Amino acid sequence: MRKLTFKMGGIHPADKKISSNSKIEILPLPEKVYVSMAQHLGAPATPVVAVGDTVKVGDVIAEPSGFVSAYVHSPVSGVVKAIAPRADIAGNLVPHIEIEVSGDEWREDIDLSTTLITDIPENPADIINKVKLAGVVGLGGATFPTHIKLSPPPGKKAECIILNGAECEPYLTSDNRIMIERSSEIIIGAALLSHAMGDCPVVIAIEENKNEAIMTMSSKLSSLQHTTSVCGKLSIKVLQKKYPQGGEKQLIDAVMGRQVPSGKIPIDVGAVVQNVGTALAVYEAVQKNRPLITNVMTVTGDCQLVQHNYQFRIGTPLSFIAEQAGGVPASAAKIISGGPMMGKAISNMEATTVKGTSSLLYLTEEQTKRRPGSACIRCGRCAGACPMGLEPYLLFKLAKVSDMEALESNAVQDCIECGCCLYSCPASVPLLDMIRPAKADVLRIIKTRK
Amino acid sequence: MSSVFIWTVAVILGLGVLSAVLLYLLASKFKVEEDPRIDEIEKVMPGANCGGCGFAGCRAFAQACVTAGNLDGNFCPVGGNDTMAKVAAVLGIEAKVKAPQVAVVRCNGTCEARPKVNRYDGMASCRVQAMLYKGETGCPWGCLGCGDCVNACSFGAIQMNPATGLPEVDESKCTGCGACAKACPKGIIELRNKGPRGMRVYVDCVNKDKGGVARKACANACIGCSKCAKVCPHDAITVESNLAYIDYAKCKLCKKCVAECPTGAIHAVNFPVLPKKKEEE
Repeated sequence: MRKLTFKMGGIHPADKKISSNSKIEILPLPEKVYVSMAQHLGAPATPVVAVGDTVKVGDVIAEPSGFVSAYVHSPVSGVVKAIAPRADIAGNLVPHIEIEVSGDEWREDIDLSTTLITDIPENPADIINKVKLAGVVGLGGATFPTHIKLSPPPGKKAECIILNGAECEPYLTSDNRIMIERSSEIIIGAALLSHAMGDCPVVIAIEENKNEAIMTMSSKLSSLQHTTSVCGKLSIKVLQKKYPQGGEKQLIDAVMGRQVPSGKIPIDVGAVVQNVGTALAVYEAVQKNRPLITNVMTVTGDCQLVQHNYQFRIGTPLSFIAEQAGGVPASAAKIISGGPMMGKAISNMEATTVKGTSSLLYLTEEQTKRRPGSACIRCGRCAGACPMGLEPYLLFKLAKVSDMEALESNAVQDCIECGCCLYSCPASVPLLDMIRPAKADVLRIIKTRK
Repeated sequence: MSSVFIWTVAVILGLGVLSAVLLYLLASKFKVEEDPRIDEIEKVMPGANCGGCGFAGCRAFAQACVTAGNLDGNFCPVGGNDTMAKVAAVLGIEAKVKAPQVAVVRCNGTCEARPKVNRYDGMASCRVQAMLYKGETGCPWGCLGCGDCVNACSFGAIQMNPATGLPEVDESKCTGCGACAKACPKGIIELRNKGPRGMRVYVDCVNKDKGGVARKACANACIGCSKCAKVCPHDAITVESNLAYIDYAKCKLCKKCVAECPTGAIHAVNFPVLPKKKEEE
């Protein structure tokens, strides 16, 4: 099998998948959960429960408040104690619904059995509607509501769905584990996605370092191929190990050989990218009536070699998860949610998990220490590493003097903030640090112009 | 030998004369007519090119004044009323007098009052830090302490105080250009009227959280209790989303609010040590 990859830029950090052989453990329920209203891209959801209400697992507790928004369901059964602002991992105050856990009583229509349901609903609209009602969002990191992605604007048609199993960030292993342990469900989920988008072919893209996942997915796919006609449209492609392969535009380039033009979205080139975790959530939502209230996360780090993959309920405090994993190691200097390349440092361990939480990563002082930046030596490595073909050294200079016109003409808005420039810079120039606010400013200017 | 020397000199001289004539003709043909008043105004400007007026520099400001023919909306905060009087004289119109302003840092979250709950190790820039998260302390509104305002000041009027971790404005140097206010991603710095003999009263906080939350994050925070608004005899204080604001145009510097504030969030500066009764503005 020829191993695919994207053509421009990219880097090869050590993959450090230390927890790739740890089975998914089910995290015990905490005493209280705090469910954030802003756990998807777009407008925060509006709470529909009141303080004192009793809720079961899977009950709707918040409704979407705009076009780009999603339902939120109760992850536990218990009593709503408060609806109040609470700090998220970045310290932003976001409304949270506090639920005191009592027992574990699920909504009656949720199918808790593990039997695989391979029959796919006839009507694609049913699938999209169920996905919407289950509050499914993209679990690859951006948490964009999935039902919107499944309903492309009129005149545009998906030619190929790419199921993203690249997991190119070092340390993260949650996608790898679900591809090993829940492979049949993911395949049916992929078939559902395909049917919802007019039976287009699905390519499941997995990076070469996940051998076990590739093997399991391939064997399950061949055994399921006969069950429905849609499954015949599925295929698996192996990708080279390269960061940021899991980026939407990079993945489309790697799998289809198409480039998404600046300012366009994947559907403009006939592609739709969904994460493997999203496929699993779609399966649960459509076949089992189960809303998106759990996800799998990795708890890992080089300190004392912590290695766990947990299935958690959304709204679980991060401090509770750290405790269950044996406490925060003493040598951990920084805790990151997400991968080491694009993840966010956690400033507040009392923050809670959201639908898109993918990891708790402990980094040591040695790993997080930033070398003092010196002057740019004009070696051009950042330009070589940029997967979007930008010139980070130039954008950095322009950002320093806030030259918005030049920043826009040099396409700062195309930056995916992957950090390849910063990783490759021998002079440790804080490239991305300066480019990120400049990009935000330029995007704001573009938005006001419309 | 001498003929070579003569020829060389003659050719060079000829070329020189020819170029001079050509340049003179071209210069007179493509001459840009410019209002001489622009140069005159530029001469009376401070020449700091700080951009405090909203234009790219002093010359751009001069051009704008001459093109407009009046001074509506154009004001040089650095030169102040004296410079504007001179500019008006050049234009032959009357200058509008504006009260001098000064930059005021509205955060009193000192290291003791506002303990750090995490450590930031990214690039030392408030703009970059504000992009990433809400800061090292529990207060998501307050000063981030990286000193973007210090770097923005062309006059060296603002310095970080390492003891408090907050920027301090040197009033004698501050021109009120507003560069620091623009640089601050948290919008903490405000331009306020300098007041008579520099006396002014202001709320030293921008925290809009509910009282309990604000107090937990910082001992010096405004908790929005509205005591100051009730005690103010001049209706100068408004409390909006848990934060008091003193309108400097209405404040008569009676300092009743200062005594009333339970957290000491209202500051009175430059008052004489033994305060006299009511200062009229």
